[in-house]
Amino acid sequence: MSRPHAIPSAAAIGLHTCHACGLVLRVPPQLRQARCPRCHAGVHLRKPDSITRTWALLIAAAILFIPANLLTIMETHSLNSTQRDTILSGVVSLWNGGSWPLAMLVFFASIVVPMVKLISLTFLLLSVQRGSTWRPLERARLYRLLEFIGRWSMLDIYVITLLSALVQLQSFASVSAGPGSIAFGAVVVLTMLAAMTFDPRLIWDALDQGHG
Amino acid sequence: MSTNVSIDAKDHDRSPHPSPLPLGEGEQGFRSFHNSVIVCHECDQLQRKIALPPGGAATCCRCSALLYRNRRATPASSLALLLAAAIMFVLANAFPIFSLEMHGIRNATTLFGAVQALWHKDMPLISALVLFTTILAPAVELSTFIGVLSLLHFRRGCQALPWLLRLILVLEPWSMIEVFMLGVLVSLVKLWHMMNIVPGIALWAYAALMVLLAAATATLDARELWDRIPLRA
Repeated sequence: MSRPHAIPSAAAIGLHTCHACGLVLRVPPQLRQARCPRCHAGVHLRKPDSITRTWALLIAAAILFIPANLLTIMETHSLNSTQRDTILSGVVSLWNGGSWPLAMLVFFASIVVPMVKLISLTFLLLSVQRGSTWRPLERARLYRLLEFIGRWSMLDIYVITLLSALVQLQSFASVSAGPGSIAFGAVVVLTMLAAMTFDPRLIWDALDQGHG
Repeated sequence: MSTNVSIDAKDHDRSPHPSPLPLGEGEQGFRSFHNSVIVCHECDQLQRKIALPPGGAATCCRCSALLYRNRRATPASSLALLLAAAIMFVLANAFPIFSLEMHGIRNATTLFGAVQALWHKDMPLISALVLFTTILAPAVELSTFIGVLSLLHFRRGCQALPWLLRLILVLEPWSMIEVFMLGVLVSLVKLWHMMNIVPGIALWAYAALMVLLAAATATLDARELWDRIPLRA
């Protein structure tokens, strides 16, 4: 694979970029904790401990993903029965109720997106740790996609919040949040944090080192 | 290896602080250099800046990340849109989103009411998460953004400007009004067939808020304001 650009990465010629404001900086090597002269953020060549922190958050999210899917996230009490829904059974009952576009939407936001995030971030971390030079552009795009879709998983949390606040019709029907919703909320927050701590520059560093 | 950047290593020893490129030249020299080079925030690729036609956008030559734009809209129009959005945000939080009726019982809730209900039902974590992502983060982000734009508009310098701008960027991913709006729609459809639903004022306010926020993000990204913050070298 040939390197397409004569111009190197900023780090390869010793230039720092402020991660908060984008200012291009030259940092004296003896300076340990540099601050950006424009925005006062700490200046790093790469996000600090990116791989370790992302692994930690990702593993925590993966563990919580199990109770998030197995425990009930919503309980519906009516006159003579109590229905306990997990994420998946909620989707199934939406599908059976005839609102299949909605079922698809919830299925996508609550099940597909978190799973795609967990699997893709694991893949990105492993590929970066192995120093892979395989399809960096596609991996960079995958990362961009993860950052964009992550927030939409919160959908189910908001639906549960609204339903449990509104459907309080004494003995006829009432809805309350189940313990699964806590685990699910934690998965969404942790995967968002994991995507934020991952440094996409690492994807390209392997190419620079291979040819520099 | 040919580069467009000149680096003199000697300067490293003189300056104990990180310095914007290039060192040792005057204010003018810094400007001309700063405007000619950009580093991709996603792949660290150093590249020349090019002039863009109005409405154009520059993407990274290596990873195709969006680098900068030449906006048609002025920051003043973004400020107007954000002020309108702030009014809608207040309305959206002050009034019930929708109410439902079944067997003569009527229930309505505001967003904060829903957050409170969760809190009292032993779901403090979820309650706090919803409070933060739908009320606190958007409120602080909106008001800070309006403050920063007003300061810049009236050309008032302010020590806190860089901090305020960083606050906006930190809160940005956690402010999830548009996701909440989708949640409202999903809840509406879920309840539609079993109960009588009356849309509240907040529902319309949220719809207007969505449009205004989308318009505001189309006219300005907070990151673009960094260029207007003076450097203290």
